[in-house]
Amino acid sequence: MSRAQNILRGVVLTVGALVFLFPFYYMVIGSLQAEPDPTVAGAFPNPANLTLDNYGDINSRINLLQGLLNSGIFTGGVILCTVVFGVLVGYALAQLQWRGRGVTFALALLVQVVPFQLLMIPLYVMIARDYGLADNYVGMILPFAINSTAVIIFRQYFLQIPKELFDAARIDGAGELRILRRIALPLVRPALLTVVLLTFIGPWNEFLWPFLITKEASLQPLAVSLANYLSNVAATAANPFGAVLAGACVLAGPAVLLFILFQRHFVSNNIGSGVKG
Amino acid sequence: MSLSTQSRTVAGRSTTPPGGEPRRKRQLLGKNPFGLLLSAPYLIFVLAVFAYPLVFAFWMSFHDYFFAAPGVDVDRPFVGLDNFREVLADPAIIRSFGNVGIFLLINVPLTVVLSLVLATALNKAVRFRTFLRVAYYVPYVTASVAVVGVWIFLFSGNGLVNQILGPLAPDPAWLINENWAMPTIAIFVTWKGLGFFILLYLAALQNVSEELYEAASTDGAGKIRSFFSVTVPGVRPATVLVLLLSTVTGANLFTEPYLLTGGGGPNGASSSPVLMMYQRGIEQGSPDSAAAIGVILVIGVLILAFVQRKLAGGDES
Repeated sequence: MSRAQNILRGVVLTVGALVFLFPFYYMVIGSLQAEPDPTVAGAFPNPANLTLDNYGDINSRINLLQGLLNSGIFTGGVILCTVVFGVLVGYALAQLQWRGRGVTFALALLVQVVPFQLLMIPLYVMIARDYGLADNYVGMILPFAINSTAVIIFRQYFLQIPKELFDAARIDGAGELRILRRIALPLVRPALLTVVLLTFIGPWNEFLWPFLITKEASLQPLAVSLANYLSNVAATAANPFGAVLAGACVLAGPAVLLFILFQRHFVSNNIGSGVKG
Repeated sequence: MSLSTQSRTVAGRSTTPPGGEPRRKRQLLGKNPFGLLLSAPYLIFVLAVFAYPLVFAFWMSFHDYFFAAPGVDVDRPFVGLDNFREVLADPAIIRSFGNVGIFLLINVPLTVVLSLVLATALNKAVRFRTFLRVAYYVPYVTASVAVVGVWIFLFSGNGLVNQILGPLAPDPAWLINENWAMPTIAIFVTWKGLGFFILLYLAALQNVSEELYEAASTDGAGKIRSFFSVTVPGVRPATVLVLLLSTVTGANLFTEPYLLTGGGGPNGASSSPVLMMYQRGIEQGSPDSAAAIGVILVIGVLILAFVQRKLAGGDES
């Protein structure tokens, strides 16, 4: 491979990476500026113009801690349902033979394919109007509880485990429940982190559904309260950008941090198999 | 899809048929009815929050449906295609579909080309690999709501982008300019989602055999030539998937026009069908029209997906 091509690739990748990262850098810089400075010079930190006031400012408008907590409950609930359903159904699909297995797998794939937006209006009618679950964590979590990505990933994972392992336990007289608890569940640990990470981004960043279902500010996930601030309050404020960007940093922080810490587990194979089925 | 894995399962199971007593039960529920028990809660959830609403959406689009106080029994007559007629006669809704067309024309090709090129480069890169991976994926893992704030700041009238462009800057600025609002949103979404598609292509590139590249270079093909003759055909199943997923995500556009252009402005130039569903269905209280928009949107996506599949020829995936 020639040197020139190597250099060219390096340049393309670096320029690309800078374009990708720049808005994040700008987000942090902007959140720390006392006065918004849109000039080119404003893209560099200026000690005379640095402050943490914006964080206090946004916190007085929307309760950041409460927002983070709501996002956490929503995300945690979705992850819990996704992992529990994923492990159980994935195991049943991969290692057990029962009537309805094919239909179940087809349904799991269909759930992936049908866009949420088609279901949005009927779900709103059902959950907010009929069941009265608006402004309620359960109402927020319900539509996301059946995320099939985990089912498909765990199924793929269990398929790689030799059947003889389970058959041997059966011959030794272990009951199905015992096999599940003692053999299947411990085996799943390595895949667990990947599934949790993949599931995390969905609800943590989700805007549309919690936005529809929560009107009460004290129950809104951070993404919703920040968006409401952005679209209502910010238009009237004199210097809204610092505060918006400070809120954006708080919202982006946990997801970015988790991803950087565990980026090794954010593996392409798993996502590919999760999507393709 | 992966039928091969299922038949393998069946073949591996044909070992021990124990005592004949629960034979009828086995015929009814299969060899391991425990599997049904494990899947039952999931299936109930799927019926409640997926299958039922799906049927409900179609039902609603053919009936005169409106919000009523809970528990009140109201008549919701069948109205045939009236909702569809009403929706298709509305210029604002037609425009929103046109907008998504513009969006897809920019977003989909840009996504496919950029993610394939960057994934190919990233695949061969040795130095700073982790840093580069993180750089490309970070927008994907971040909430739209968070990065939208930065983009409004960057692309506003006296924002950084216009400061750099100087006299070349469009007037009015990007997001409030009828001609630029939708392309700016398309570029935002491309930037935001690219990391995920790079990930898909990186996985696909691992399956392209190294020998093919060696054979190509023995035959005297340069890097560019082997990219088009080996890499591009080698990752075709992934391309079909990227096309499909980016089309579906694009058709579901909501958050970006809602926040970046203040709800589809200027003058409806960046409205999207899902935004119209929200306005008609929930703000203006006619869920039946919204359901009709949803049905039209899904049919549109299905047609597009079918055409793409024909063109890209991904039958082998």
